[in-house]
Amino acid sequence: MQLLKGEKEEILACVKEVLGENSKTHENLIPILQQVQKKLGYLPALAMDKIAEGLKVPAVDIFSLVTFYNQFRLNPPGKHEIKVCMGTACYMTGGDITLESFERRMGINEGETSLDRHYSLDRVACVGCCTLAPVAVIDDEVEGKVTPTRVDGIMLALEEDREDNAIEKSGPKVGAEDE
Amino acid sequence: MSDYITMIIDDREVKARRGEKLLWVALDNDIYIPHLCAIKEEKRPNASCRLCFVEIEGHNQPVTACTREVEEGMVVATRSSRVDRLVKTGFELLLSDHNLKCRECPANKNCSLQVIAKKRGLKLKHHRFNPLKREFKLDDSPAEFAFDRSRCVLCGQCTWADRFEAEVGAIGFTNRGIDRVVTTFNDLPLADSICTECKLCVDACPVGALYYKKDQNA
Repeated sequence: MQLLKGEKEEILACVKEVLGENSKTHENLIPILQQVQKKLGYLPALAMDKIAEGLKVPAVDIFSLVTFYNQFRLNPPGKHEIKVCMGTACYMTGGDITLESFERRMGINEGETSLDRHYSLDRVACVGCCTLAPVAVIDDEVEGKVTPTRVDGIMLALEEDREDNAIEKSGPKVGAEDE
Repeated sequence: MSDYITMIIDDREVKARRGEKLLWVALDNDIYIPHLCAIKEEKRPNASCRLCFVEIEGHNQPVTACTREVEEGMVVATRSSRVDRLVKTGFELLLSDHNLKCRECPANKNCSLQVIAKKRGLKLKHHRFNPLKREFKLDDSPAEFAFDRSRCVLCGQCTWADRFEAEVGAIGFTNRGIDRVVTTFNDLPLADSICTECKLCVDACPVGALYYKKDQNA
């Protein structure tokens, strides 16, 4: 994922701040990652690299840990966050089909964010309304009985919102600050 | 207390250094126990390959030989119906996520899986468990070697060599469960990572996952 303009500085400042507040020991690795994610919303590669430098461990160890735990995300949250429930009831009523429809329509995989950061797609364990299965949560709003047809409807609303946005600001402001 | 103890493995009296792990004592005495993930220098073995099971008298369950320290008067049997069953299941599970095109593999006839199959009379075929369908991209970015993850058995020999012999820290395990894989930071190709291409990991690989390009059979 490409970094936006000014994001690099933000990440570096954030990591520096968090590393300054914690003693740089191996036991503190998870709390450090949690604090950085809380501030940035996700864990960019640059942040992981800098944390590895600070703690003097190989960067791949941080990457290993971040990919192991579900609580860490590697991609920035999109403007619209879509979460598809994969709890038992939702899974049995076709939650995987719902997730696949979203993946196809968005052109991204679960756990990823679209290039313009308009939407991100995640799976969750259980939202707590199994009678509505299969469930998807769109920006904290619960949608019940989400069939692939309903996915098309949801996507239509999101696409409309994206077009409105595009008119407001012409041209992408993605900077080539990829590290 | 003397430094050496005597014990019995498969009805044979064996002398061993106190504190040594059972697996290495057996192997040093030419008694074969299947193993993939075991590393002699490792203080706390992972015991993740689940192949080195043996029966120890006084234990009601088979135990992994790589984690068990030898004791004076220990009586060990490397084969039993329970051990064979565990090893067979473990082996078949490993094969369910292994590319079984041995003829195309550079490690053909020089492969730990083939050795285990031969010694324990197991077949190199998918039988009870359906093969996992995972897609991997071949990483042939380094100059002299390549990494084919479809043949990886996740034993950790390469990551050990990378970390403690080469002291680089370029590769490690990522993801969890069925998606687990050996890779570099941010999934970069090896040549773009901090890998120094020292090739110690290639020498450590017990199968054909990491291999020299010159050994490749087109």
